[in-house]
Amino acid sequence: MNKRQFLDPQRRHDLDIIADAVNPGDRVLDLGCGDGIFLRELKEKRKARVLGVEIDQDSIVRCIGNGVPVIQRDLNGDLGFFPDKSFDLAVLSHTLQETSRPDLLLRSIVRIGKRAAVSVINFGHWRCRTQVMFRGRMPRSTQMPFQWYDTPNIHFCTLRDFRELCARLNIKIVEERPIPGRFPRLTKLFPNAFATVCVFILEG
Amino acid sequence: MLYYTFGILNIRGDKIETEQNNKEVFITQPRDFRMDSPLPLDCGRELKEVNIRYETAGTLNADRSNAVLVTHALSGDAHVCGRHTPEDKKPGWWDEMIGPDRPVDTNKYFVICSNVIGGCSGSTGPQSIDPDTGKPYNMSFPVITVADMVRAQKRLVEHLGITKLLAVLGGSMGGMQVLQWAVDYPEAMECFIPIATASCFTPQNIAFDWVAREAIKADPNWNNGNYTPDASPDHGLAAARMLAHITYLSEESMGRKFGRALQNKSELDFAFNYDFAVESYLQYQGQRFVERFDANSYFYITRATDYFDVTAKTDGDLVKAFSQVKAAALVVAFSSDWLFPPEQSRKIVDALLQNGSEVSFCEIKSGYGHDAFLLEVDTLGRMIKDFLHYHQEGYCHE
Repeated sequence: MNKRQFLDPQRRHDLDIIADAVNPGDRVLDLGCGDGIFLRELKEKRKARVLGVEIDQDSIVRCIGNGVPVIQRDLNGDLGFFPDKSFDLAVLSHTLQETSRPDLLLRSIVRIGKRAAVSVINFGHWRCRTQVMFRGRMPRSTQMPFQWYDTPNIHFCTLRDFRELCARLNIKIVEERPIPGRFPRLTKLFPNAFATVCVFILEG
Repeated sequence: MLYYTFGILNIRGDKIETEQNNKEVFITQPRDFRMDSPLPLDCGRELKEVNIRYETAGTLNADRSNAVLVTHALSGDAHVCGRHTPEDKKPGWWDEMIGPDRPVDTNKYFVICSNVIGGCSGSTGPQSIDPDTGKPYNMSFPVITVADMVRAQKRLVEHLGITKLLAVLGGSMGGMQVLQWAVDYPEAMECFIPIATASCFTPQNIAFDWVAREAIKADPNWNNGNYTPDASPDHGLAAARMLAHITYLSEESMGRKFGRALQNKSELDFAFNYDFAVESYLQYQGQRFVERFDANSYFYITRATDYFDVTAKTDGDLVKAFSQVKAAALVVAFSSDWLFPPEQSRKIVDALLQNGSEVSFCEIKSGYGHDAFLLEVDTLGRMIKDFLHYHQEGYCHE
């Protein structure tokens, strides 16, 4: 194991937190599952019954190569074919900001999953704020390396925005796990300014 | 001139190839399974003295857990891979997918493929002798269904001593058989792979079949099915095949392959012989087809596909039809397939998901139309290979 993993900005700490929310034998749905590595881990280490949803053909081929069942679907389309509460946990990790209607998708995932785990990239992070304020430029960071014109990320929000949306949709936030950048203590006090990412556990 | 040059290259190339290949030619042999009791059919009749022509490749392992049944499409046969003799020019119809070190690796799996009943490549069909009359059935052969084909295959699989197949896989009409297997014999497989198919035949599919059969009927040689080998309805059958062949391609693939190119001429003829490359190609496909296919079989097999509907016993309810399915599925469709559009596969996937089945689905981007299931070997092969690998591991752990 990498000793610097806690400080490693490349590491997906949100996935560690989400994995902790999975009980042995749970049915887990990962929307926007990429190559399925995360689901493979859940399958092997937590004995979860998993399913991925992905739109990219190469990712799907790799999922199957990882032994992870996956279906090709557009998350912006209708997900009505998933029965209500058919999964113990529905996961959206670093995906919400890429969808055309995050509100509709949130509503769907709390319907499909008994609980949902959503990791949200925080646009209210102090670095983002200072980039806009002092440089007058759209923020870019390791989480968001794209230029504003070619980014797949079309719906960014702050943690406060996200909480507000959940309240409006009558979605209960069961747990909030902000992931600190450099200042763990400040993150606890002011997550909306210091968390780079936050994992929300939701119930519909 | 250009053709001539290629000709020489070809001859040289072939020579070298044959010498090299002689050591490695993968030989498969057709075999026959004669049923010792009549086969009941959906139409209420039964078929006596049924023969099933089949081929196998690879070796069945000790616990009989590595058997893969491959089901063929409308014009296919039992010869799925390898060559019957080292001199054979063409290998089996899915040789790129199946064989030693191929995606369905016969070093690892025991592959079975049989000719469907009603066919004309060795299994009992309209050309066979009716034991009651001592004459060929012709059009007195009973109308069969996809479920009948599958029932016959089940007997073959049992005859080979296999209670649970690792997988059933096939494309197009083969895919229909795969779905029928999953519904009728849910315990008899670990996983199934329906490719470029649908849960029922659509009105558009039925319509194409109707026109194809009308073309055969219009051939005076057809004579209500009572034709002789030296006066068979070749024109009708070729027309039927040409029509069907168009449905296997896409506008894109035809555009790319032929464009508006003329065949061996530089100017239009202002007549009705073939001017265009695409016309010449269809003509060729039609002629090749009549050399290996029987017109009456074409009637029976297309009819079986017309009647195909896995929801027949559940009042059109696909979710209910799949309620007993136990096996994991890999459903594959192709983006430019307009004969069995991806939407049809999505319906299958949705219904399986609603039953809580394990299912994977990929719509492969391809410009080849329906034919893509035979041509997109790279992507399809990789998925099938990995899918089988993981499910064999699962099977062994049980």
